[in-house]
Amino acid sequence: MTDTAPTPSAHQPAGPPSAEPRHFWRMFAIWIVLSAILDPLFYFLVGPHVPPGTMTSSAAENQLDFNILFVIALPVILAVWVYLGYSIIMWRASRKDAPEPVGGEAARTNLRVQTAWITVTSVIVLFLAGFGTYELIQNYGAGGGQGPNPIWKPTASHILPVQVIGQQWKFTYRYPTYGGFETQQLILPADTTIAFHVTSLDVIHSFWAYQLSIKADANPQVDNVAYTTTRQLGRFTVRCSELCGLWHGAMYNFGQVVPKAQFDSWARQTELTTAANTRLLPPFAWTYVPDANGAGGGYYNNTVDPYSPSEVYGARQPAS
Amino acid sequence: MSFGGRLSTFLVLLAVAVGAAVYAVVTFLTPNPQVVDFTGAQAVGAPVDLTVQTVGAIGFGKHPTWVSYLVKDPGGQWIHSTVWKVPAHTRINVTVEQYDSGSPLRNQQWGLVQGTTGGTASLNGTTFSVYNSYDANGVGHTFAIPTIGLNVPLVGVDPNATNTCGAAPCTTNYVHNVMRFSFTSPGPGEYPWQCFVPCGLGFLYGNGGPMSTINYMGGFLDVAA
Repeated sequence: MTDTAPTPSAHQPAGPPSAEPRHFWRMFAIWIVLSAILDPLFYFLVGPHVPPGTMTSSAAENQLDFNILFVIALPVILAVWVYLGYSIIMWRASRKDAPEPVGGEAARTNLRVQTAWITVTSVIVLFLAGFGTYELIQNYGAGGGQGPNPIWKPTASHILPVQVIGQQWKFTYRYPTYGGFETQQLILPADTTIAFHVTSLDVIHSFWAYQLSIKADANPQVDNVAYTTTRQLGRFTVRCSELCGLWHGAMYNFGQVVPKAQFDSWARQTELTTAANTRLLPPFAWTYVPDANGAGGGYYNNTVDPYSPSEVYGARQPAS
Repeated sequence: MSFGGRLSTFLVLLAVAVGAAVYAVVTFLTPNPQVVDFTGAQAVGAPVDLTVQTVGAIGFGKHPTWVSYLVKDPGGQWIHSTVWKVPAHTRINVTVEQYDSGSPLRNQQWGLVQGTTGGTASLNGTTFSVYNSYDANGVGHTFAIPTIGLNVPLVGVDPNATNTCGAAPCTTNYVHNVMRFSFTSPGPGEYPWQCFVPCGLGFLYGNGGPMSTINYMGGFLDVAA
């Protein structure tokens, strides 16, 4: 080190200093233009196609939530990218006449910028937390399982209960208002509020009806309730989204939303054709007790001891 | 020993340990059962005859006490395999020799015959569409291909019979039930099949062990174009 070590000012070009461009306003202008173009483009062109679609009330609300989140987040992302891009171009080290240190004195700290950034981002986060909570409440759980005692219940006068029974490795469905028949098919009527009662006969599964925007864990001896209202006809996919063993990947099926009359016809017909088997099923209950000991029967109303008194293979259980 | 020598020894031992670990994991994850091919066993478009048996204990191999399926290959030999290759869109005539005892089903829904031709199966020549698993000897296993909605309950034999089969392959001299049904194979692809009776005795909820190991109570229907 010597006394003649260069200082930042020593790098300033000779001659009268040129007026510094109004960098903030330039960046602001770029940002506002990009935001004004990209936000509506996303909302109107991409938004309607954002998963999970609009097949049910919960799906439509969740799509709206995703779109609102994106529309709010996009300007924030753009602000960061514009600042980054502008900085790379305007204050690159190789640029002629670049002030030292890069960005000049004002880049070291700027109380107004920091305050504005913290305030704006805090307001956005708080708003989104409030918005998300509102959407969760007014949409009766937004398609998520609320457990056996739902806090937010739909006000519809007619609610169709459908029981979803997870078992390794298939979902089956019971319709208590049609004699409690059980089937491998999930058929739903259009324009109807559905209460899914999700449970399991063995390990933990998760009922995920993707296009319906329903996702609820299936736990043994738990009645996990999720609501939605069907809006559009069509096919939807059901998958297990909880790793549940060897054939977890194959634990899927396709359901269908059909017109009310068609649903009623299907349900009555299925009730009739499966009557012989329905008589052999246990009476409808919100949960059942699986036999933890193996193959010996079991699929009981939740009123008996869950465990067999005997671990002998094939032993009959108390309720059988 | 020099530093170089110690380092070489360490690296060799490390390589052996890593190799052994990888081999163990790969072996565990890829049981790689033999594929039994039925695609060339008959004329194109003609039905495929698939004969299998279920036994309470396979009697050999790594898990001799495990319950298992076996299949009769086109040459008539019993093979311990659960991966069967069949042609697409073809009638498959299935015969199951069921040598295992039964119990009530955990879910009687699987007592319902579904997805077969005519929605029925036969038990020792008697056609049925629903089997009450609380009757007689209950249901030993089910043959199910869930992704195409196929399910057939396989009725259990009398566990107190004097001539129960102890180890595979079983012959028809032992007490058994003959189940028959047909279905049409779907389009090309791999379709997992399984049993819905939690017959993995000693495992939680009965669905571990043989229920969770390919080549015992589950496998693939490998449908060729």
